[in-house]
Amino acid sequence: MEAGWWGVLIAVLGGAIRIGTPFLFVSLGECLTEKSGRINLGLEGTLVMGAMTGYAVSLHSGSPWLGVVCAGLAGMVLGALHSWLCSFQRVNDIAVGIAMMLFGTGLAFFLGKPYIQPSAPRLPSIDLGAWSEIPQLQAALQINALFLVGIVVAIALAWMLKNTAWGLKVRVVGESADAARALGLPVDRIRILSTAQGGFLAGIGGSYLSLYYPFNWSEGLSSGQGLMAVALVIFARWQPVGCLWVSLLWGGAAALGPSLQSVGITGGYYIFNAIPYIMTLAVMIITCSPRRTLVGVPHELTVSR
Amino acid sequence: MSESRKLTRRQVLKGTAATGALSMLGNLEWIGQAWGASDKVKMGFIFVGPRDDYGYNQAHFEGKSAVAKLGWVKAFDEEKVPETIEVQKTMESMVKLDGAQVLFPTSFGYFDPHILKVAPQLPNILFLHCGGLYQDGKHPKNVGSYFGYIDESQYIAGIVAGGMSKSGKLGFVAAKPIPQVLRNINNYTLGARSIKPNTTVHVIFTGDWSLPVREAEATNSLVDQGIDVITCHVDSPKVVVTTAEKRGVYCTGYHCDQSKLAPKGYLTGAEWNWAKVYMDYAEMIRKGQTVPHLVRGGLKEGLVKVSNYNQVVTEAVRKQADAAKDKFMSGGMVVYKGPIKDNTGRVVIAAGKEHVQTDIWLESMDWLVEGVIGSTKS
Repeated sequence: MEAGWWGVLIAVLGGAIRIGTPFLFVSLGECLTEKSGRINLGLEGTLVMGAMTGYAVSLHSGSPWLGVVCAGLAGMVLGALHSWLCSFQRVNDIAVGIAMMLFGTGLAFFLGKPYIQPSAPRLPSIDLGAWSEIPQLQAALQINALFLVGIVVAIALAWMLKNTAWGLKVRVVGESADAARALGLPVDRIRILSTAQGGFLAGIGGSYLSLYYPFNWSEGLSSGQGLMAVALVIFARWQPVGCLWVSLLWGGAAALGPSLQSVGITGGYYIFNAIPYIMTLAVMIITCSPRRTLVGVPHELTVSR
Repeated sequence: MSESRKLTRRQVLKGTAATGALSMLGNLEWIGQAWGASDKVKMGFIFVGPRDDYGYNQAHFEGKSAVAKLGWVKAFDEEKVPETIEVQKTMESMVKLDGAQVLFPTSFGYFDPHILKVAPQLPNILFLHCGGLYQDGKHPKNVGSYFGYIDESQYIAGIVAGGMSKSGKLGFVAAKPIPQVLRNINNYTLGARSIKPNTTVHVIFTGDWSLPVREAEATNSLVDQGIDVITCHVDSPKVVVTTAEKRGVYCTGYHCDQSKLAPKGYLTGAEWNWAKVYMDYAEMIRKGQTVPHLVRGGLKEGLVKVSNYNQVVTEAVRKQADAAKDKFMSGGMVVYKGPIKDNTGRVVIAAGKEHVQTDIWLESMDWLVEGVIGSTKS
């Protein structure tokens, strides 16, 4: 059965979910980290480390879900390390982030060497498209439970940041460290916890890449998705639910290039493939204005101070 | 391409038929020294990626492993060496610390400027590069190159794919529109259309050699369009093969055998057989023979092979594929025999004209044959 032009729509829909899920986890992690007043550029390294850890644990234990948990824990360790280093006086979180990015990817490549070839057990998928008779739609709606978990985490995070004491503390630390100290809040500890939790989410995003889609551990697996997530958080205005929509948009945009070629739009594929990156640039340009400040930006961020 | 080079290859081609196993092209005045028969032949291999990528590097590593089993060979390798000054350091240390007599830097980008820079400094060491870049008279005398016509295997894989496809639509996930890739796509298409003339091949260019997410998306998009056999030319076919298997369509492999990754759908594949090349080189060096500057070959010379057919491949299709293979093995096969049109309708090879496998003209291919849906324009 042939999908024709509908195929592009289906690919964008499917791609939004398939490609968007890791973006969702990493951007949620970054969102939480930035809400506490730190930027963690090391999430690219965390993502790759999570992908490797998840794949390795799944292979050895036979349980992909255990792999997901361990990927999260590995991410948590990297996140905690980042924020611990940043808690020293005059340490720049951007510089540490870049160092952590290189450290995370390097460590993952070093430890991941034996896992390039073997095939680990894959995460199961849920058929949300069983109602449809169109095989293409069924395939596009074959999703992984992690996507649903991501939606729940996004909503829960938004609610917690807004309505709980814990959320208020994180926001205070992110808005003004001095005010937080005056209130007697342990600024460094809150930041370390937030960054570690952010790392946990990014690690899970990595395990989605290696254990579900595209389901492979290789060194080209991430190709900058962790870095893109930092831009996504800005686009999402530091709103967790915004991260969800933005991730879906990015995923759909990334699916556009290949699907246009499959229906015979054969020219300009470099441009179509670059759409997510063009979007990132556009967002950066639109949101950067000397005359107004961004809505929702935590004021403790080194970039906004 | 210069006229003189064309002539040289043609002349050599005549020699090839006579010498058999390996085609020896170009100037044979090799200055390589004769190693004592009792010494071990020390061979160093350099890979740009991981040894076990189910792809290009693994194919070379399998070749290295085969030659390393010979008792009189000492083979060592280094993986993931970038195409930068790093490879120069690796080459030097392999020679100076490990005592390598012959080096095999296997990645395309190692040649210029890296091999060209190191080779003159180590005139007693052989530098044999995988790829078609060596030019007689222009490059150092202790440099040579070897490469296989894997598009012959792609032709056979195309026959199997075309024969097993129900929709008559095949898919090809390719990295970049460079001549080698285009040649594989065209051979695959010509193979499929040789038995089913209405077959089409949809090509998706991902833009780079290793982009797992985009390769998976490309595969999914192709399946959504009703394509039921998919192949690829990227660094590691693992993602394409596993995604095709998950979607329940057939696939054919590339570089090395991926049948373990897709036991149901892996019909066959185009594989390198570097073991043959490396064994031949080792033998030549041990015997103190002159090592040719250029080694080329396809199925007949044993430089490439075809994966075993999957059990689902029907008897009729096997016969058609084997018939073409026999023709390649006997040397009587010419894939690029006119009239051949490209996919814009332009006649690229006129009726009655033919381009044999070694024809240098084929190495500057920039067109897609009729039946391919895709464009070389970026």
